[in-house]
Amino acid sequence: MPDPNSDRSSRIDTPPHQGDSPERIIRVSTLARVEGEGALTIRLCNDRVEEVQLRIFEAPRYFEAFLRGRHMQEVPDLTARICGICPVAYQMSSCHALEQLAGIEVSGPLRELRRLLYCGEWIESHTLHIYLLHAPDFLGYESALAMAQDRPEYAALVRNGLQLKKAGNAIISLLGGRAIHPINVRVGGFYHVPSKKELKQLGEELKGAHDLARQTVRWAASLDFPAFEHDYEFVALRHQAEYPMNEGRLVSSRGLNIAMGEFPKHFEEYQVPYSNAYQCRRKNGGAYYVGPLARWNLNFDRVPASIRQVADETGITWPCRNPYVSIIARSLEVLYAVEEAIRIITTYEMPDSPAMPYQPCAGQGAWITEAPRGILYHGYETDASGIIRQASIIPPTSQNQLQMEGDLLRIAPQLVNLSEQEAALRAEKVIRNYDPCISCATHFLKLRVERR
Amino acid sequence: MTTRKPRIGVFKFASCDGCQLTVLDCEDELLDLAERVDIAYFLEAIRRPLEGEFDIALVEGSVYTPEQEEYIRDIRQRSRFLITLGACAAQGGIQALRNFTPPDEYPRVVYALPQYIESLAKSRPASDYVPVDLALQGCPINKQQLLRVLVQMLLGSKPRVPNHALCLDCKRQNIVCVLVAQGKPCMGPITTTGCGVLCPSYDRPCYSCFGPAYQPNPSSLTRRFAHLGFAPHEIQRLLHGYYSQAPEFREEGQRYARS
Repeated sequence: MPDPNSDRSSRIDTPPHQGDSPERIIRVSTLARVEGEGALTIRLCNDRVEEVQLRIFEAPRYFEAFLRGRHMQEVPDLTARICGICPVAYQMSSCHALEQLAGIEVSGPLRELRRLLYCGEWIESHTLHIYLLHAPDFLGYESALAMAQDRPEYAALVRNGLQLKKAGNAIISLLGGRAIHPINVRVGGFYHVPSKKELKQLGEELKGAHDLARQTVRWAASLDFPAFEHDYEFVALRHQAEYPMNEGRLVSSRGLNIAMGEFPKHFEEYQVPYSNAYQCRRKNGGAYYVGPLARWNLNFDRVPASIRQVADETGITWPCRNPYVSIIARSLEVLYAVEEAIRIITTYEMPDSPAMPYQPCAGQGAWITEAPRGILYHGYETDASGIIRQASIIPPTSQNQLQMEGDLLRIAPQLVNLSEQEAALRAEKVIRNYDPCISCATHFLKLRVERR
Repeated sequence: MTTRKPRIGVFKFASCDGCQLTVLDCEDELLDLAERVDIAYFLEAIRRPLEGEFDIALVEGSVYTPEQEEYIRDIRQRSRFLITLGACAAQGGIQALRNFTPPDEYPRVVYALPQYIESLAKSRPASDYVPVDLALQGCPINKQQLLRVLVQMLLGSKPRVPNHALCLDCKRQNIVCVLVAQGKPCMGPITTTGCGVLCPSYDRPCYSCFGPAYQPNPSSLTRRFAHLGFAPHEIQRLLHGYYSQAPEFREEGQRYARS
């Protein structure tokens, strides 16, 4: 197989002519409109699917290695750098895991502010995907910029999307200092907390975002979705009262219901022999599905009735097992996050202190939070002075990877009679349904799956 | 006068994608920018093959795999003006902490089968391979700085980026010094301006995610940290963070690593 880096384009090709070889290869050398670098190959023989590969050639950056020897206080700043799109998720999972280790629990206004920060990230990250990465698949363009330049109504659509995204970034910038790699998050809380007045101003900005979020759901529901359903095992957190972000039990659509600390007992990471890859699966062997569609399917009874009504008006029957419909789940979560942000801002009382004190100590801690793309597991072990001895990070994209390949296998028979270009595009769309963040999944380099 | 729009490419190496996301975070400017320039290659946002030459190349990430060594040379050949975005492209980034360790150590920690993992022994900046015309610092870069540089280039003037110490900005903004007043280990006196004085205005000391300022004096600052009671390994970690391979930070940090 030629190296994908040798031709960095989204394209497909057939192998050099091999006489009457029945083999045909559909290849996308470099996936576009995803975060990070990956490639995919589907090998057909006599019109039968021989092999599906989702190959990640993103360079590994070894976070779990260099975290060793750093102080626990530095961890939220460091793990943020795993992903420029969802740094808050890394900060939240890090902080909660280390707080569990240190034996403290952040509550009251500090807990609310963290939830507000996470709302900002869900809005920013989901809106980026909905409008800039995913919409062009549904409307038939190479990019949102091309959409905007082609038709005035699409220009208005993209402008609305960007305004909504900006509202998410405004939350992160106020609470975190900046939109990417916030500087204001620490184990125990924050360095500095906003005044009521500052938050009130932000609340005004969010009012416009609320209208845009409702429009987004309606627009997403107007799209055409391919008929493509599968009996996935959806996995997400579930909280006793809230739509889940930082807390809850880990549940699945097949009856799993465990404390989040039990994650390693039920799920495993494994490297496929001859493949250089980490993947995740249930210990019973199965693939599972994390992210907005899983979260919504398992938790739509936890949002206010007004949002449930908007969800019903989409005409989709929930729970939904069509991954293309994830764009509606994502927009419903944006609407929820905007409303939740406004609720938090309206009821905010400034805390006495920006952070809860803690003593660095020897111990172990593990936590899961709901990153925009799904559950994000962090586990740490420290020595008596709070220096990290071991770190384990399992991002949502490596958990969805087996599922993405499964979808490619399921769609492959439909690709047989398509033109090369069309087949490649269809396969890419399957991947983009998951909003994969390949930069996050630093430790699943070069996946290669062979099923014969 | 030519009316051809300048061709811009955005290219990714080993990184978190945060610096190129900064382009998409220009919510108010993005569509106007796309009218004035031809964003001809930007894989995170546009499904289009890499073709032709570029007036401006924006390069994110460090060179960390054998393929990337070839890729950076290819981009240089295609581009008139090459701008690196952020700490990774400028100095190897946070992942360059591996440069202090034996080459096989990190793969063994992270992978069960490390023999299959292909990365270079060191995370390197683009400038180790090709001439770089301008480096925007930061982890991540500052959106306003990026826009200003692009506007300067569109106007035909030579882009300039200030590189005085962050410390000066704090004084200008009347922010009480976190080092002098609170005894916190602030890297502001030796860190370049660009972030907008974020950390001190949020009551925390600067941890230098923008790297060294022009002509920094790290040993004077670290002596002060030592007087304040910070241990050598704490001082070393401050220097060996997001810009650990910047010579001034690398050497001063190594002095404390040995002590």
